[in-house]
Amino acid sequence: MATPPTPAAPRTNRLGLTVVEYKGGKSTLCAGCGHNAISERILEAMYEMGVPPERVAKLSGIGCSSKSPAYFMSRSHAFNALHGRMPSVATGAVLANRQLLALGVSGDGDTASIGIGQFVHLMRRNLPMLYVVENNGVYGLTKGQFSATADLGSKLKTGVQNDLPPIDLCTLAIQLGATFVGRSFSGDKRQLSAMLKAAIAHRGTAMLDVVSPCVTFNDHEGSTKSYAYMKEHDVPLHELHFVPAFEDLAVEYDPGTTVDVTMHDGSHLRLRKLEEGYDPRDRGRAMARLVEAQAGGDVLTGVLFVDAKAPSLVDLMNLVEAPLATLPTEAVRPPRAVLDALMDALR
Amino acid sequence: MASPDSSVAPLPAARPDGGALVNDFSIQIATANGSGSQSSNTVLLRAIFQMGVPVSGKNLFPSNIAGLPTWYTIRASRDGWTARKKEVDLLVAMNPETAREDVLGLRAGAAVVYDAPLALAELRGDLVYYPVAFDALVEPLTKEPKLRRLLRNMAYVGVLARLLAIDLGEVEHAVEKQFPGKPKARDLNVAAARAGFEHAATLEKRDPLVVRRMDRTAGKILVDGNAAAAMGALFAGVTVVAWYPITPSSSLVETLIGHLRRYRIGPDGKATFAVVQAEDELSAVGMAIGAGWAGARAMTATAGPGVSLMSEFAGLAYYAEIPAVIFDVQRVGPSTGLPTRTAQGDILSTAFLSHGDTRHVLLLPGSVEECFTMGVDAFDLAERLQTPVFVMTDLDLGMNVWMSDPFPYPARPLDRGKVLSKEDLDRLDGFARYADVDGDGIGWRTLPGTPHPKAAYFTRGTGHDEKSAYSEDPRTFERNLARLEKKLDGARDLLPAPVREGSGEAKVGLLAYGSSDPALREAREQLRREAGLESDYLRVRAYPFSREVRAFVEAHERVYVVEQNRDGQLAALLKLDLPPALVPRLRPVPHLDGLPLDARTVSEAIRAEEAR
Repeated sequence: MATPPTPAAPRTNRLGLTVVEYKGGKSTLCAGCGHNAISERILEAMYEMGVPPERVAKLSGIGCSSKSPAYFMSRSHAFNALHGRMPSVATGAVLANRQLLALGVSGDGDTASIGIGQFVHLMRRNLPMLYVVENNGVYGLTKGQFSATADLGSKLKTGVQNDLPPIDLCTLAIQLGATFVGRSFSGDKRQLSAMLKAAIAHRGTAMLDVVSPCVTFNDHEGSTKSYAYMKEHDVPLHELHFVPAFEDLAVEYDPGTTVDVTMHDGSHLRLRKLEEGYDPRDRGRAMARLVEAQAGGDVLTGVLFVDAKAPSLVDLMNLVEAPLATLPTEAVRPPRAVLDALMDALR
Repeated sequence: MASPDSSVAPLPAARPDGGALVNDFSIQIATANGSGSQSSNTVLLRAIFQMGVPVSGKNLFPSNIAGLPTWYTIRASRDGWTARKKEVDLLVAMNPETAREDVLGLRAGAAVVYDAPLALAELRGDLVYYPVAFDALVEPLTKEPKLRRLLRNMAYVGVLARLLAIDLGEVEHAVEKQFPGKPKARDLNVAAARAGFEHAATLEKRDPLVVRRMDRTAGKILVDGNAAAAMGALFAGVTVVAWYPITPSSSLVETLIGHLRRYRIGPDGKATFAVVQAEDELSAVGMAIGAGWAGARAMTATAGPGVSLMSEFAGLAYYAEIPAVIFDVQRVGPSTGLPTRTAQGDILSTAFLSHGDTRHVLLLPGSVEECFTMGVDAFDLAERLQTPVFVMTDLDLGMNVWMSDPFPYPARPLDRGKVLSKEDLDRLDGFARYADVDGDGIGWRTLPGTPHPKAAYFTRGTGHDEKSAYSEDPRTFERNLARLEKKLDGARDLLPAPVREGSGEAKVGLLAYGSSDPALREAREQLRREAGLESDYLRVRAYPFSREVRAFVEAHERVYVVEQNRDGQLAALLKLDLPPALVPRLRPVPHLDGLPLDARTVSEAIRAEEAR
């Protein structure tokens, strides 16, 4: 009698969780939307890094991008906040519980227009969080207006041409003191996955500007945020390889062709140079190169800048290890003698 | 610029206590902003306080760092009245820019201590003048011109001590308290006070004002409402503070930061609190709400312009049911103009802050002690009710110095509200965030980071079902709104109850709140004494209103609603709350000049109304 074949045990990560346990609800975004691919990359990266889903707080503002946290990791708490105000909510949440892994998902409207103020201050505070901008150069939910990241000369479906210069979020973030700045493309699975994992390992704000074409409003001829445009103009600076702390560093590397960045948790980000002379630890050069690429219509992708040693906001505040949110009464309410002393001083 | 306010009512002809006016007068000190007079005025206030005489101090200052006119009023009241007194009995004229008008605004018989070169005695013949050459007095004390300018102010304290019979020892004690750990500053200031005191021996006392020792301040403290609220937050166990500087609330957070650094950093240097000075009020309240969502006791402090910017977030927190505490130290209107003047102008806009069917919990402290107790309670209430709680103080309460009983140590343990732990979730096998399982309209929540596969929920604004899933279903939305209404209605019984004064038999009721309280209590006395008008008084302490408010209106033929705004903002809220038949009983008594409310304004307005 033939024994029925035992089904192969499903693949699990180091926590013993399957990738299914990182899934979310069904996406309501358009078929082919770049955001859906990014959601997939995020959940895979969290799965492969072995991040407990319950440790993750998903935060977003308003827009198509900001809806997407509903489409991955249902076992994580989420907060769909106000348009452009997600950074403040994230700041409060992380300070309340420093053990959370905050993942912000925003869009180019949510970040570069209404939210530019909060974005700017988030970058300079270096709050430990992963901040992903799903950048399509256009407002989707309100049906196709230009956003502030639309390139000069790019055209709407209606033929209207954008004649204002774009805000380059990466250049801006680097100038503001951000400590991990990357740019990728929703269609570049390998690069985006490695970048997300490195960003998860980073202690500080990791800002990823991911070009994510809008198939409905901005994927036509004349758009600079289309699949076709990215295929022609994506200029990767390096090949990204991420080795998490829990894996062996098996492969040697050649310091002449590869930059090795040791992340705070002991993991390694290895960048095999495709472009001679680019060093993602040089803030000034990174900015100069971005400006130059933009002038030539190229989209530089890769880890543009990284400083794995800068203290995060939580470090600067020297917070206790336990979450502030759940400290016991005796840790937060001073004893009667303190009130007595304060009263005495006022007599 | 004219002296801010003065009445021309004559001094009382008959003086009790054999001609002297003992422990019942007000002093106004006119200086220029930034001249260091604040220390001197505090010392003077404190010296009288230390003699057992009830005092209050009002600082009337411009929105300016240095140079513009400032007036400080000290009221001594043997009866314990602490509201502003309109009439000035003694003027200290140090500011050349306002001296002339300050003097012209006085009533006949008032006394004036002035800087001799101002030559004010020529202005009027019906005042008592004490010219003092202040420059000459302080000249021997130091060679530094900058210091001399400061010491001139302490010299007038010495002059007043002699004229008013204030014990010089009490002045010196108060100086010591003012400059702790600064022996040089202390010595110089004591020397200046003494110089003034000695010099004043040459003046012939021609006014009736006298301070005499009493025992009415024993055990009391002197404190401003912002410091009191800061202590409230400290003893509430606040953990996340996000703020943006704005007058008149900045000192609340700055005082709190001082306390947190002192009392909430462990021996290992680790802090049990986080403070962020945000980029604006939008961000400040966003941080407080993010922190409240993640389970922290979170707060911000602001004033009207900040509250306006917080509007959208307040609505989100209302619908998503997130606790946060917002201190609103109210002041006059937007932009520039009177940012340093007091008002109760944010009541209506804050009660309904944001769009949609929002309604918020307001606490209305009427004393510095309540700034403390409500500062504590606000955090319990925010977590119990899972909603933003606004503590509505004002500039008068927040930035002026008040006498108070010492604050009580919180009697109750922290109320962290309905939060499910991992163990609860094991037992329950999941939960629905917005289900009304207890019948009080308040759901159970989980905190992000709770290590349970069924702990998570997706927080969103208005459109969600009981499990917090996205929903645009009309019935679901209606049900949710009805539950929120039920929750807010239930809050009436949890919030601080109104305070009643009077027999309950009077036909006339007075209704007020916040910093109007001292003026109201004094006005009742004036009405009784001067017009034979008995009144009952209800001080409202929270919105949504207690059920007692309706009973009070039902029990009185006329209810005067006294407010420090033009349009009767609390009266408007009452009108929405009361049965229509009761609405005509409400009679608004507005006070809107930016100055702290005084009893005379209230009693005169009510007498005029009653005479109609």
